[in-house]
Amino acid sequence: MRNVGPVIARRNEEAAGALIGYLPVGFPTLDESVDAAVALVENGVDVLELGLPYSDPVMDGTVIQAATQQALANGFRLAHGFEAVRRVTERVDAPVLLMTYWNPVVQYGVDRFADDLAAAGGAGLITPDLIPDEAADWIAASERTGLDRVFLAAPTSTDARLRKTIDASRGFVYAVSTMGITGARSDVDRAARTLVARLGEAGSPASCVGVGISTAAQVAEVLEYAEGAIVGSALVKALADGGVDAAGALAAELARGTVRQ
Amino acid sequence: MALRAQTGPYFGEFGGRFVPESLVAALDELSEAYTLAKLDPAFGEELAELGRSYTGRPSIITEVPRFAEHAGGARIILKREDLNHTGSHKINNVLGQALLTKRIGKQRVIAETGAGQHGVATATAAALFGLDCTIYMGEVDTERQALNVARMRLLGAEVIAVKTGSRTLKDAINDAMRDWVTNVETTNYIFGTVAGPHPFPEMVRDFQKIIGEEARQQVLDLTGALPTAVAACVGGGSNAIGIFHAFLDDADVALYGYEAGGEGVETPRHAATISKGRPGVLHGARSYLLQDEDGQTIESHSISAGLDYPGVGPEHSWLAALGRATYRAVTDDAAMQALRLLTRTEGIIPAIESAHALAGAIELGNELGGDATILVNLSGRGDKDMDTAARYFGLYDGGEQ
Repeated sequence: MRNVGPVIARRNEEAAGALIGYLPVGFPTLDESVDAAVALVENGVDVLELGLPYSDPVMDGTVIQAATQQALANGFRLAHGFEAVRRVTERVDAPVLLMTYWNPVVQYGVDRFADDLAAAGGAGLITPDLIPDEAADWIAASERTGLDRVFLAAPTSTDARLRKTIDASRGFVYAVSTMGITGARSDVDRAARTLVARLGEAGSPASCVGVGISTAAQVAEVLEYAEGAIVGSALVKALADGGVDAAGALAAELARGTVRQ
Repeated sequence: MALRAQTGPYFGEFGGRFVPESLVAALDELSEAYTLAKLDPAFGEELAELGRSYTGRPSIITEVPRFAEHAGGARIILKREDLNHTGSHKINNVLGQALLTKRIGKQRVIAETGAGQHGVATATAAALFGLDCTIYMGEVDTERQALNVARMRLLGAEVIAVKTGSRTLKDAINDAMRDWVTNVETTNYIFGTVAGPHPFPEMVRDFQKIIGEEARQQVLDLTGALPTAVAACVGGGSNAIGIFHAFLDDADVALYGYEAGGEGVETPRHAATISKGRPGVLHGARSYLLQDEDGQTIESHSISAGLDYPGVGPEHSWLAALGRATYRAVTDDAAMQALRLLTRTEGIIPAIESAHALAGAIELGNELGGDATILVNLSGRGDKDMDTAARYFGLYDGGEQ
C-alpha cells in the first residue's frame, strides 16, 4: 500500500514540505484527467488528490464545480474513479488519494469501496462532508484495508474537535486555510498559520493546508509552517484553459515553492 | 418512548450531521442557543406574542362541505395556514430562527427558497428585526415565482438566482451552504424545512408543531373527536411534520403525506422521494433521496416549486420506516384539478403545494367513506401561483397555452 504519511515525512526531510495536487476525474475527459494527473507528478507534485465528481458539491468553488459538472455531463461513473487510480498508479509512484463526498461511498458500499480502492492501488480518502463523528463505518473499513483517512480541520474547530480529528485521521489532517470553499485567492489567509499551530500543539504529525493556494510563493509560505501545501482550483483552471501541458507547467512552477529556502 | 419525544440528531437510522467541519461550530452554536432558548420562558413568550400579534395565530380551521362532496362524503376540515402573514406556514419557523439569530448576536441571515414562501418569510423577518438578508433561489424558480422575487426585493433582501445544477431548490441549498461555510462567523442560516443537518430537523419541527397542536384542539372542539386522518403535502416536509407532530402518539389517527408525483411516478419526472427513493446522504442528513446507482442526486420535477426537491426530512423517513405515516404521490394534474375544485366550491385558492394534500384528501375520502373526518393542512395560499394556474387552465385572454 502506498500511504501518504511516509511521502510527506520524506519531503519534509529533503525539501520544505510536500506539494499535493488536486484534479477531478473525468475532466475534460477520463483519458486527459489521467494524463494530467501523471503530468502533475512528473512536474513535482508529491501526492495526488483525485476528486470524484458529485451532483451536489457544497465545498467546491465555481472552477471545480464547472469542471465536475462537465465530467458528470460526459458520463462520469464511480467505476471511472477506480480506473483512474489504477492507470495513474501504474505510471507514477506518487500516492493517490480520492476526494469524495460521502453519499457515493455509502451507495457503493463502504467496505466494497475500500476494497476496490485498495485493489486499484489507491492510498485512501479525503472526505469533505464526513466528520469523524459520523465516520464509524469508514474508520473500520480503512483500518481493515490500511487506507489513509484524511479529515478536515477548520479555523472554527474547537481544541477538542481538533484532537478528535487528529485521532481519526491517518496520513495528514487537511487544514482549511480560509473559512470557505475551494477557489483560488490572491493571498493565503493568516488563519491557516494559527490553525496549523493549534493542530501541532494538539499533536498532529502532519498538517496540510488547502483552499486558496495558486502560486509558488504561496506554496513556500505555507511550507514554512505546514507539512504540505494543497493546490486545487488553480490546477483545474490551468487544465481547463491550456490542457495537460499547462497543468504540468503550473505544477513545475508550484514545485519551486517546495525548495528549502 | 412517545414518538413525540423523539429529538435529533437521529431519528432511527436517519438524520445526523454530514457536513464540512467548517460548519460544525456554527451548528453547535445554534444547537446550544436553541437548547437554552427552549428552557427560557421569555423566549417562548416572545415567540407566542409574535404569533398572536404579527402572524395572526391561532390560524382558524374551516370545514369545506361543498369540496367534501367530491371526497366520498367524508368531513374535510382545513387548517388555514394560508391565512398567516406572508401567506404560508413558513413564517412560524422563520420568526423562531430570527429570534435565535438575535440571541446569537449575528447581523446577517441567509436562506434558500423554492416557491419563494420561505424566502419571503425570511425577508419579512429580516425587515422586522433589522437584519441583512440574502436569499438563494434556483433560476428556474425565480422565473416561475417572479412575484415572490419582487416581494423579497421590496422587503430589502438580496435575491441571488442560482444557475448551477438543476437550478431549483436543491441547488439553492448548495449555494446557501457555500455562503454559510464562507461567512459563518457573521451569518446565520435560516433553514426552511425539516431537512438538513442537526439541529435543523428538530428545531424547524418544534417551530412548526404549533400547527398540529392548535388543529388537534380545534377539531376536537368542532367535532368532539380526533380526526380519522391528517393529510399534508411533503417536499422537505415542514408543514407536514408541523401538523402531524401533535398526533404522532394518537395511534387511531392515520397520517398521510402527499409527495409530488409530477408527471407520474412511473416516469422520471417526479419528486416522490419516499415513494421512489432510497436512503442516502444529502444536504447534511441521512434520509430518503432520489438518486442514481452511484449516489448522484437525480433532478426532481414538480409543477410546484415548493415540492420540487429530491430529498425529505429525516423524521419523515423515520415515520415511514416505522409505518406510523403513509406517503403517497399526487400528480401535477391531480393537484391542479384539486386547486381548481377548492377554488370553485369554497372560494379558497390554495397554493399548488397544498393542493397536493387536497388531491390526496379526495382520494382518501373516497377510500375511508362518509364516516371519516380528514384534517388537511392548507399550508399556503395560491396568489403566487396565479401565472402557473392561468397558463394551465387557459385563463389568459387568447385561451389555453
